[in-house]
Amino acid sequence: MTITRRLAIGVSLAATLLGTTAMAQEPVRIAILAKSLGNGFFEAAARGAEEAAKELGNTEIIYTGPTDTTAEGQIEVINSLIAQRVDAIAISANDPDAVVPALQKAMERGITVISWDSGVAAAGREMHLAPSSDELIGKTIIKLAADHLPEGGKVAVLSATSTSTNQNTWIAEMDKVMGDYPNIEVVATVYGDDLADKSYREAQGLMQSHPDLNAIIAPTSVGIVAAAQAVADAGMIGKVNVTGLGLPSEMAGAIESGASQSFAIWNPVDLGYTTAMIAHALALDEATAEPGATIKTGRMGSVTLDDTNSAAMSVPFTYDKSNIEEFKSIF
Amino acid sequence: MILRFLKSREAILLGAVLALLVIVESRFSGFAAPGNLAAVFNDTSILIILALGQTLVILTRCIDLSVASNLALTGMVTAMLNAAFPGIPVVVLIALAVGLGTLLGAFNGILVWKLDIPPIVVTLGTLTIYRGTVFLLSDGSWVNSHEMSAAYKAFPRAVLFSLPVLSWIALAVVAGFAVAVTRTPLGRAFYAVGGNPHAAVYTGIDVGRTRFAAFTISGALAGLCGYLWVSRYAVAYVDVAGGFELDVVAACVIGGISIAGGMGTVGGAVLGALFLGVIKNALPVAGISPFWQLAISGAAIIIAVAFNARSSRQPGHIILKSAERTA
Repeated sequence: MTITRRLAIGVSLAATLLGTTAMAQEPVRIAILAKSLGNGFFEAAARGAEEAAKELGNTEIIYTGPTDTTAEGQIEVINSLIAQRVDAIAISANDPDAVVPALQKAMERGITVISWDSGVAAAGREMHLAPSSDELIGKTIIKLAADHLPEGGKVAVLSATSTSTNQNTWIAEMDKVMGDYPNIEVVATVYGDDLADKSYREAQGLMQSHPDLNAIIAPTSVGIVAAAQAVADAGMIGKVNVTGLGLPSEMAGAIESGASQSFAIWNPVDLGYTTAMIAHALALDEATAEPGATIKTGRMGSVTLDDTNSAAMSVPFTYDKSNIEEFKSIF
Repeated sequence: MILRFLKSREAILLGAVLALLVIVESRFSGFAAPGNLAAVFNDTSILIILALGQTLVILTRCIDLSVASNLALTGMVTAMLNAAFPGIPVVVLIALAVGLGTLLGAFNGILVWKLDIPPIVVTLGTLTIYRGTVFLLSDGSWVNSHEMSAAYKAFPRAVLFSLPVLSWIALAVVAGFAVAVTRTPLGRAFYAVGGNPHAAVYTGIDVGRTRFAAFTISGALAGLCGYLWVSRYAVAYVDVAGGFELDVVAACVIGGISIAGGMGTVGGAVLGALFLGVIKNALPVAGISPFWQLAISGAAIIIAVAFNARSSRQPGHIILKSAERTA
């Protein structure tokens, strides 16, 4: 390569760079690609993304997705987004592998690609934003119970199956922080197998074998609903607090009856907001997606990428009487 | 008469249930208290009702694996109707549940009767079809307790003469069955068809039609249980009562209903269901490791069946005793 040609390339490169700075007056267009349209969870996430766009200024959110939850549908949408030359695609994938080739094509065209909520294989995205992490969930579930037991007390865990990996990880993470709660005693861990009837019976059994039980922690959506019903049927509302991980739409009745004081799950609005913040920062090269990097995410603070370029947004969001009305129709 | 009862399978099973209660009581005092026993019975009510329906089907040498899916589908339909139109009276919803369950059961029956497909294949198919239909109807979403009307949830819980309505329904079904199976032509036909189908034909019993009747009744009861289940646990979703058909069949088998057909009693089925119900309710309080619970439930079933097989074996009878001696 001759010096003149190098110079020529350098000049044209500079011109392109200048060109992009001139283009920066154009709004940054971020596509929020949902698993499917018409799902309250993703619509709430899109609202969060709009909120981020307003804060950032000069940013346009394109909320889109297939009509049904298929990888094929998402691939079509990705192709049309590439044709529209958006600046960033943030996808919650229906299949971690099937969408990779289409997303790689997008990255080759200079589009920033990240996954959120439901991840994409590492080859198909620059980074992944998980709603939370095992560690944060473990810390949250015991805190939910402890917050309503200032004097301390006895709690029991109602899990799904004894072989369920995520449940066991969360319970193990919970055990690690038990030292922070010297007055709280975990008296039993039982398994409801994610069956409503078995979970109900196990919750009944817990109340019988531990008459002074103060709380049941169920980090599973079937278990928490069944336990709340068992507590209500046993007339133990006010004595036994059911908490854990559940969905607002499913837990609204339990919050209303008082069987559950509070429970947690990710907040889709926050998730959409954080996703848009990250996509914006990466698209404008204000941050790079590499292991150990920290990306600022507005009101949500910041996220730090791990070895697989994945990051956890925050501790799960707590739902109680004050906000259940707002969220129960969302997801 | 008393001696005959003491030797009967029901008496042995009753003894087993009582022994089980004593063992559990020794590990967890208060389990055998009357109030708690009533709660255990109430919890087992749905299993009892389904086991009785299944008994009829098994008596005719068939098997109905679709009961739990039938229950899930009718339960979801009533829950969705209740959520969409809270004004519909609960009585109408129960009638609808029974009606829909009857149709689903009759569909099984027609396939077995008119197309002569083996019942295990038919109901294995409808098990998946009905469960799939729940998904299509609900789109995978749940019907939650706050979407159901208060009356919908209150009915099986309402206390009448110190027992919940759910228990009374089970008792009524048991009483109805006890009379129908022993005192009506159709009831006796179930035994005849299962005991010896060829002989049944010669006595003028239509084997296919009798099986159809068994499936239809089993379906109707599954439909009734659909409402009861969803109302009791105050939630309807696709996997409601997943795998429960196996508990139902197990209750029948423990209760001494012969899989080969033609043998078994209403009392046996009820005791079989109660045996499982006591185990299910005892394991959570008996302080047994959850990892052992499944193994214990399974072992109980095998022991019961092995015992039944032994007691029903025909004692050998040596003919030509003299020839044996000379040989």
